[in-house]
Amino acid sequence: MRFKRVAAVAAAATLAFGLAACGGDSEEGGDTGSGSKTFAAGSTMERLNKAQKIKVGTKFDQPGFGQKGLSGKPEGFDVEIAKLIVKELGIPEDKIEFVETPSKVREDVIANGTVDLVAATYTIKDERKERISFAGPYYEAGQNIMVKKDDSAITGPDSFKDGTKKVCSVTGSTPAEEIKKYVKDVATQLVLFDTYDKCRDALKGGQVDAVTTDNVILLGYIAKDEASFKMAGQNFTKEPYGIGVKKDDTDFRNFINDILEKSYSDGSWKKAWDDTAGKFGAELGNPPTIERY
Amino acid sequence: MNVLIDKFDVFAGGFWLTLQICVLAAIGALLLGAVVAVLRISPVPPLRAVGTAYVNIFRNMPLTVVLFFAAFGLPALGSNADFLRIPGLDAIFSRLGTDLPYFRFGLIALVLYTAAFVCEALRSGVNAVPAGQAEAARSLGLTFGQNLRHVVLPQSWKASVVPLGSVIIAMIKNSALVGFFGVVGDLAQTADQLTSAGGYAFIPVAIGISVGYLIMTVPLGALLDRLEKRQAVAR
Amino acid sequence: MSQQNTVLYDVPGPRQRRITLISSIVATVVLLVGAYFLIYRPLEEKGQFSMELWGPLVDPSNESFSQVWDRLGLGLKNTLTAAALAIVSSLVVGTLLAVLRIQLKSLARRRFTGLATPLSYLLRGLSTVLSAVTRVCVEVFRGLPVVITIFFVARGFPEFGVTFDTLWYLVIGLTIYNSVVIAEILRSGMEGLPGGQGEAAAAIGLSPLQSTRMILLPQAFRIMLPALISQLVVVLKDTSLGFIISYEETLSIGKQIIGVLDNPIQVYVVIAAIFIAVNYSLSKLAQYVQHRLSRGRKSAPRTGAADTELGTEAVAGTTT
Repeated sequence: MRFKRVAAVAAAATLAFGLAACGGDSEEGGDTGSGSKTFAAGSTMERLNKAQKIKVGTKFDQPGFGQKGLSGKPEGFDVEIAKLIVKELGIPEDKIEFVETPSKVREDVIANGTVDLVAATYTIKDERKERISFAGPYYEAGQNIMVKKDDSAITGPDSFKDGTKKVCSVTGSTPAEEIKKYVKDVATQLVLFDTYDKCRDALKGGQVDAVTTDNVILLGYIAKDEASFKMAGQNFTKEPYGIGVKKDDTDFRNFINDILEKSYSDGSWKKAWDDTAGKFGAELGNPPTIERY
Repeated sequence: MNVLIDKFDVFAGGFWLTLQICVLAAIGALLLGAVVAVLRISPVPPLRAVGTAYVNIFRNMPLTVVLFFAAFGLPALGSNADFLRIPGLDAIFSRLGTDLPYFRFGLIALVLYTAAFVCEALRSGVNAVPAGQAEAARSLGLTFGQNLRHVVLPQSWKASVVPLGSVIIAMIKNSALVGFFGVVGDLAQTADQLTSAGGYAFIPVAIGISVGYLIMTVPLGALLDRLEKRQAVAR
Repeated sequence: MSQQNTVLYDVPGPRQRRITLISSIVATVVLLVGAYFLIYRPLEEKGQFSMELWGPLVDPSNESFSQVWDRLGLGLKNTLTAAALAIVSSLVVGTLLAVLRIQLKSLARRRFTGLATPLSYLLRGLSTVLSAVTRVCVEVFRGLPVVITIFFVARGFPEFGVTFDTLWYLVIGLTIYNSVVIAEILRSGMEGLPGGQGEAAAAIGLSPLQSTRMILLPQAFRIMLPALISQLVVVLKDTSLGFIISYEETLSIGKQIIGVLDNPIQVYVVIAAIFIAVNYSLSKLAQYVQHRLSRGRKSAPRTGAADTELGTEAVAGTTT
């Protein structure tokens, strides 16, 4: 039922914004190709525009944000945001090379230049800023807990303090570190896999009592299987998602920030959401304030 | 290099957990492998077929896939592998007794997978026994079981020890994969955890983890080399 | 195998045949009943046999069928590419390493007479050290899990500013491990050759390097061919570890498909079947080659060589 309603809303939104986008497209349609736009000499933007290709790191297993579907192309909110940025660089969409960047390698691939930017449910954090820089945020998520539909014993992270409930997350991820503050005995209460899909399967099979990560990821699972899962309580952290770029590349960062702000006002930000993660019924809320530092 | 000192307990814990899983899996694999080997040489065709199928399936499948079936197929079959919570044993190997089944799932996968190779090592040992031995035993009127127990197995044992040792070494190395299937805190998962979430420098962690594995594999390998040389001389 | 079986028990008489038949039937029934209650029933109850889950994999009329198999085909292609690159480079590096170790060993034993004493000591010391270093390298890389090696390569190389596609991390990781194993296979093959081979080579004036290249290595290759093919199976299976470093081989693609279709058990069954089919054919090839080889040298005392081959096969085929 809920799915239908969401789909209807999404369709309506797509229609409305599709019209707006059409207008935009015709204006900017020819704006690709080397030298099609002018950037400051020596900037990252100029280099990418000259090269006419870009490598974007995203996730391949995150429904709604970055998931590689059967077509072999990644889809999701992160992917759409990346496309918005790439368009402004004057690079056609088919010249984007998407690289899978699981949580644990994101800093590495930016620092060593494997990718040009990372949009992968990437929480802006001070310790990460020591190695890379962030543009954005373009979305604010929060950590939450997913449990089985009929489970009322877990109401929030504090429910893990008595040492009996088992919780699952992903190796090397922020939620895994965060939940360690609440569990009594890591060895017997915390399960770590390499992807959240496995956590979901473990929850379904009853090997764990809860899965914890950012709310939007959990919403994706709940939307797919409303009969089995539900959310337990409110978000207990704030996770502003940003675009990761090379450390101290301030020009590129400002450039991306400008694009994001523009996308807030011209509706392309909301359209990107409605086409992707919005279908799961997650709320978008107001655009987060861009953090310029 | 500080990480090696600061986090020594983490490395030691990882080593201890890996060692636990290896000891248990080795015992299980040797027992199951022996059973499969008996199936493979048994006179009853369906049992022989089962043994052969078992070996062909598990030898040709990546361990990753076996681990997947253990960790997600078994729950689908309605099992949490509780039969491995053997009283007494789970007091020593505390991970066996917890409600968290992934240690047991990892164990089952390693046992199933390694048993196929144990079976082949044992069988190659049986094949190494000169045919005349078994023939002589039969002409004395020994039955199949007696033949195996008193004549063939005692001799094949010698030829099997070295291949079996290599199988066990390989199993220790394969155990690194369980860290990717829900077992928290073994050596491989520790490496992942420290370098990614912990943010520690890569090289010292790599050294620490390598030493952990080499402590287990290298002495065993050296022992096998000596055994092999001794046998070569005896032959 | 059938030979071995007839060695262990007599050609069955009528009574024995009857017993065998009865126990065969009993065993079959027990196995089938067991499989039904322990495997089929629970799966059926969970709806794991529904066409909704299997359709995209087995039903050509399903809308996702062609896409799914396109993706799986790509995965298989990537798996085979990585395996082929890894086995070729492992063979090359492994052979070089084996020759190097044999040469260093013989160098370390040489006395370098005819040179000034300090120089000869220096050379002897140097070759001993080099020999020890290669030995340590072999022991270390043979003793490390290949997962860990791949993981270290993928994380370590970028640390020093060297970056490749993930394919190359996988290939390098697999090569490091497998070349060492292959080097050991070849070395034991060469050292297992009758001493007369090397002596005869020396007698006709071949240098140690020449004798290795022209006399020892070809024979070692021939003897160890089945073990080498088995190693290919190992490499093929090990490419599945690419999932750890996000290389898109069969298993990673399978995971992506599962992410969309939500049918893990079904996808993994298909992937397992693919791996088993490919690897089983390779093992059969190894057996065939071994058969051909042993037929080729009937006069040679067979049993000893055959044992070691079977032994190495079981051993080599063990990693992951």
